[in-house]
Amino acid sequence: MSQTMPEMLSDEERRALACVAGLMIPASAEYGVPGADDDAILADMVASLGRDGPAVRAALARLDALAGGRFAGLAAPERAAVAARLRAEGGPAVATLNRVVLQCYYRDDRVLASLGIEPRAPFPKGHALEQGDWSLLEPVRRRGKLWRDAP
Amino acid sequence: MADTVDVLIIGSGASGAAVAWSLAETKMRIVCLEQGDWMNPAEYPSTGRDWEARVHGDYATSPNIRARPTDYPINDDNSPIKVVNFNGVGGGTVMYTGHFPRLHPSDFRVRSLDGVADDWPVDYATLEPFFAENDRMMGVSGLAGDPAGPPRQPPMPPLPLGKTGTRWAQAMNTLGWHWWPSDTTLATQDYEGRARCINLGHCTPGCAQGAKASTDITYWPAAIRAGVELRTRCRVREITTNAEGMASGVVYYDAEGVERFQAAEVVILACNGVGTPRLLLNSASGRFPNGLANSSGLVGRNLMFHPYIQVYGYSDEPLDGNRGPPLCLWSKEFYETDPARDFVRGYMFQFNRGVGVINEAITSAADGRLPWGEDHHSAYRRLVHRRMSLSAVIEDLPEAHNRVTLDPVLKDGHGIPSPRIDYTVGENSRRMIAHGIARATEILHAAGAHDIGVQNPILYGGWHLLGTARMGTDPARSVVNEWGRSHDVRNLFIVDGSVFVTAGGVNPTSTIQALALYIADSMKRRLATLFD
Ligand SMILES: Cc1cc2nc3c(=O)[nH]c(=O)nc-3n(C[C@H](O)[C@H](O)[C@H](O)COP(=O)(O)OP(=O)(O)OC[C@H]3O[C@@H](n4cnc5c(N)ncnc54)[C@H](O)[C@@H]3O)c2cc1C
Repeated sequence: MSQTMPEMLSDEERRALACVAGLMIPASAEYGVPGADDDAILADMVASLGRDGPAVRAALARLDALAGGRFAGLAAPERAAVAARLRAEGGPAVATLNRVVLQCYYRDDRVLASLGIEPRAPFPKGHALEQGDWSLLEPVRRRGKLWRDAP
Repeated sequence: MADTVDVLIIGSGASGAAVAWSLAETKMRIVCLEQGDWMNPAEYPSTGRDWEARVHGDYATSPNIRARPTDYPINDDNSPIKVVNFNGVGGGTVMYTGHFPRLHPSDFRVRSLDGVADDWPVDYATLEPFFAENDRMMGVSGLAGDPAGPPRQPPMPPLPLGKTGTRWAQAMNTLGWHWWPSDTTLATQDYEGRARCINLGHCTPGCAQGAKASTDITYWPAAIRAGVELRTRCRVREITTNAEGMASGVVYYDAEGVERFQAAEVVILACNGVGTPRLLLNSASGRFPNGLANSSGLVGRNLMFHPYIQVYGYSDEPLDGNRGPPLCLWSKEFYETDPARDFVRGYMFQFNRGVGVINEAITSAADGRLPWGEDHHSAYRRLVHRRMSLSAVIEDLPEAHNRVTLDPVLKDGHGIPSPRIDYTVGENSRRMIAHGIARATEILHAAGAHDIGVQNPILYGGWHLLGTARMGTDPARSVVNEWGRSHDVRNLFIVDGSVFVTAGGVNPTSTIQALALYIADSMKRRLATLFD
């Protein structure tokens, strides 16, 4: 399991993470899903940061730099503009931030339920897979030998 | 521990396990040193809700990202393809996907047939009984009758086609192109104490069900029962030699980090196409100033990776996603050389079933398909479980400048120099890649997929590590002879992917293991004259 270092983010950083996560994936009434800034999802992100902590902190620091102050303290339209600039800049820290948000969002029970996916680990239940129709191979069988003999 | 053992094997992966098991019947004293740990399947990612996240952490395929104490860092900055591996009992088979084709007969005769590279000093017919023995030991699922290769009799039926496989099959039939259910080492029935595959779908980072044949659960239990000793957390630093120029043993660090010496009559290297040249080069001495077994200068050279391309698109309806083993079918339509093409040799397509929800989100976000904001949800629902992708396994030719050397700066946790990789994709490979992308795109269109994308090459796709201590009959042009013995050091053998002369265009592990069994058999036949 990834290491848990909940203390790795300061309160300011948590607020910034919540803001940017909410901009990435907002709640949707249409699909009946929370946003990525939902308390439980955010708590999962913070608790499971582990080795991604330094990169995420770097991305959050960059948000503050682009904001010219506290990103989380900006009004909503400015926040969105700054987040868009960060995304356009890209780079490894932003990719890690993106991944951390997505990997916690798409393992939330409510989100998986909205996608029709059972919220569970693959083991031990596994999945059912249809066998399929092996008569589809008939045309391939009819083609005869396709490999070369070697001297 | 300094008492002399008969045979010392370094590395417990695909080939190390096979050679240990085969030699065990001689009742010689055999010890294997492995730098990694035994695996605990109860801890594999698919047992937890964070299963997809862990492939970016402690189950990353890149040792540089995984960075376990049992890993060694690799400087692959100067390569468009990054090395992936696993260091533990079972080696790469812990993390492989279990796709198990064999090299074709023509792959052993590339100079004679196609005028490039070199012929191998062994042929398919010689290896055939060892392929079959390995299929039984690993437990292979597949279907006999494939017209694109010599006859085989996989001991278990193939993996199910599923929805995605059916789509691929129909597309290939529309185009009139070859496809066949893949040989895999995923047990479709209970097999020799292994439980059958239940479609966890997350085969690569270790199979919690035990259906995937990693050698920690196939060869090793049998080898240990037969008397082989396997010492884990033992990292070999160098192979030592005596005044006669023979290997005398190895210096290694044990689990506590204590430096030890193990004397041996015979040393067998099974550290893979990167770990083996690293160790040989790090065993340079006054007697062997360019590295051990390196009078040809070829140790570390001719590295072959199989540049992989992946071409993908999206279906209009949900398919299997990750709900089954990722690889299910292959096509050899473009495998053999065709003089009408602008390249020699060829490639195999391997067809993927799909990916998990998080993998889809991360990959699509990186590719710019998944927006931030309000549109995120609708966009994602058009992608999830709809991805169809296929990869071409490009045969790269041996080129001396593609090589493994010792990094002058980077070191592992024991201070041993790390390998450095210098690799470029060759001209023949580039033409083959262009062909592969064009054909894969046709296949995706025939399958009704849209929004086609390409990864060329797959960045973390250096999973096949081949050619860096190749076999041959001429000591000036090869490192080991036709049965794996070093030309220079007559009690030193190499059994891993380093000995490949050319790469073929298929996943190599079936052939690596068949070669290891063949080399072990050659040794057993010559026990009285092994060093002559
Ligand atoms: C993600 C992934 C997917 C793959 N999928 C497939 C597939 O579908 N089909 C296929 O055919 N192949 C696949 N492969 C490749 C396959 O794993 C390798 O071809 C195979 O394991 C190589 O066998 P080997 O014996 O040469 O070396 P390995 O299996 O790599 O074994 C080498 C062992 O040596 C040990 N070692 C190295 N140096 C030292 C040292 N100095 N001291 C002590 N021990 C040492 C290592 O820890 C390791 O355990 C995949 C690999 C990866 C990583």
